[in-house]
Amino acid sequence: MRVAFFVTCLVDLMRPRIGFASIRLLEAAGCEVVVPASQTCCGQPAFNSGDRAAASVLAKKVVAEFEAFEYVVAPSGSCADHIRTEYPGLLADEPEWHDRAVALASRVYELTDFLVNVAKVEALSSDFSGSVTYHDSCTGLRSLGIKNQPRLLLGKVPGVSVREMNGAEECCGFGGTFSVKFGEISAAIAQSKCDNIRAAGTDAIVGGDLGCLLNIEGKLRRMGDETPVLHIAEVLAGSESR
Amino acid sequence: MEIKSMHFKSRASAKLADVGLQHNLKKAKGKFVDKRRDAIADFCAQGGDFEALREAGKDLRNRVLADLDLWLEKFEANATARGATVLWAKDGAEACRLIVDIARKHGVKKATKSKSMLSEEAGLNQALEAAGIQPVETDLGEYILQINDNEPPSHIIAPVVHKSKEEIADLFARVHKKPRKTDIPEMTREAREVLREHFLSADMGISGGNFLVAETGSVALVTNEGNGRMVTTVPKVHVVITGIEKVIPTLEDLSLMLRLLIRSATGQHISNYVSVLTGTKGAADLDGPEHMYFVLVDNGRANLLAGEFNAMLRCIRCGACMNHCPVYQTIGGHAYGWVYPGPMGSVLTPLYTGMENALELPHAATLCNQCGVVCPVKIPLPELLRTLREKQVETNLQPLGERLALKAWAWVAARPALYALGTRFAVRYLNWLAGGRASIQVLGAAPGWTAGRDFPAPQGKTFREMYAARKRK
Repeated sequence: MRVAFFVTCLVDLMRPRIGFASIRLLEAAGCEVVVPASQTCCGQPAFNSGDRAAASVLAKKVVAEFEAFEYVVAPSGSCADHIRTEYPGLLADEPEWHDRAVALASRVYELTDFLVNVAKVEALSSDFSGSVTYHDSCTGLRSLGIKNQPRLLLGKVPGVSVREMNGAEECCGFGGTFSVKFGEISAAIAQSKCDNIRAAGTDAIVGGDLGCLLNIEGKLRRMGDETPVLHIAEVLAGSESR
Repeated sequence: MEIKSMHFKSRASAKLADVGLQHNLKKAKGKFVDKRRDAIADFCAQGGDFEALREAGKDLRNRVLADLDLWLEKFEANATARGATVLWAKDGAEACRLIVDIARKHGVKKATKSKSMLSEEAGLNQALEAAGIQPVETDLGEYILQINDNEPPSHIIAPVVHKSKEEIADLFARVHKKPRKTDIPEMTREAREVLREHFLSADMGISGGNFLVAETGSVALVTNEGNGRMVTTVPKVHVVITGIEKVIPTLEDLSLMLRLLIRSATGQHISNYVSVLTGTKGAADLDGPEHMYFVLVDNGRANLLAGEFNAMLRCIRCGACMNHCPVYQTIGGHAYGWVYPGPMGSVLTPLYTGMENALELPHAATLCNQCGVVCPVKIPLPELLRTLREKQVETNLQPLGERLALKAWAWVAARPALYALGTRFAVRYLNWLAGGRASIQVLGAAPGWTAGRDFPAPQGKTFREMYAARKRK
């Protein structure tokens, strides 16, 4: 399987190791991984800010860069969903682009969804060990149905035990530009999330979307809590990726 | 009601700093969310399919809205045939005028009220008072707010959810001039004693309407305290004030909507009282009003019918969206600054009061879609909030700085070489700020972020730099 890897702008900027861990996982699952060099951002910040024009420009760019591949995989439910669910509507007024967006949409996957449902990964060689709690990111959960996939994969790592926190499906308060525009409210929501995380008392917090993870990590550190906050790719790929 | 939504951010700040409110909000959150979840689990355990029910509710509401004028005419004809008078109000002010006129015509001095959010939209209590008519709220929550100097409700079905029992105990002791009580049954008994006098002496009862049934000309009311029945059957005049969108075709449809509404709202299978009130008191009836009026209010609703926000008119006012909203759960309803809080309020407030009065509300959401998945009539609330943001961009209502920053970012993101350079610079700048630590405590570019949490430092280089380096090896 030839898979194009959509790095996402946040992983590119903040946590390259998540990108490399994802590539290792995809390669271990038997995929040929290509990373289109000209990629930048899926355009979701513009779309969610109400700037359809800017969002369309970036959407067309992504469609053109990725449509030639069999599959597109992103280490984020939020970005994958934006391409999958929103591009066709966003480009509805331009029939040619709309059709190209539709043709691409069903081939775009969030990483854990792809590993479980397309690559059908059976075993993982990660040496990670410890207890973890999984934060369900909103868009992945409610739009793409990402719920069991990460837990199934974590269950394949011999050293990992998953302990569910209260309110695992509750929003962490990130919300993209919301986290900056309404920082005070956003941080208060994050506080509530982190209270649940701390009550679970695991060795690490794991999630599938870097925006949420940065928000949670930032809040935990401000609270003086140094518990590692990891992307699921880092856990599944093991220590070599970290 | 006076609109204060333009001060959303500062109001929210004050609510976040209010320790007592924060405690009350935490308590309420668990109750609403757990009760709804349990009620739906029960429904499904008994073979029900709540998702199918939501779909049916959505279809029914869409069918009504597609021919709203015809259903309203049918309702008017049937209500009139049962002896009621149907009046139409273009806005809140006209609704108030009509109701004051009705009160004057019947020589009304005192009007008891059961819960109505439309009367909040219209500012009905103030209008009645100005005309020398005493309005008495009889829903316990609304009563508490009225005796607390006409405080506005903070929730559409639990108006006093922001208050603790202790605060209410203080208020009762002060206003009722009786020894302070903290036992809830004793407190409600004390309120009932006050309200009983009003029920018996009122000349007019004013109720809202959960649904209007077109085939019978009835109004359906869902209540838990029994005050709705006292208000609508004891006085000689009953006035229903509600929105024009509340009509449904048949009693059969009512049973569908009740199954959806009550589970979504309070997590009950059925509310303590469901009243279907039809026409005036007949010759053989023991009770009921001699005169029944419907004041059906537009107040911006008809404008939404043909446009991209028409899904919002499906709303049946259950409150599930706010109960499940992380923002509402954190700041409560008063911060939103008008009648309707939470996600449905953030859509309705700019549409009903003017976009420029509520610029921040469409942005005051994480777009987590917790609201969308619990809505009993499947209103795509995050999508509507985003569409409002688009309207702001189209009409240049967003702050210039934000608009330019976004435009500049999008312009760069469309140019890979420039973007690569920009991100290289950004990573190095952030690392310099971090100064070797794992996180940044103060970030000048995003002070909103670092006021309440750290900003984790980046890893050192961008992915694209590191990937290119590995490829070269």
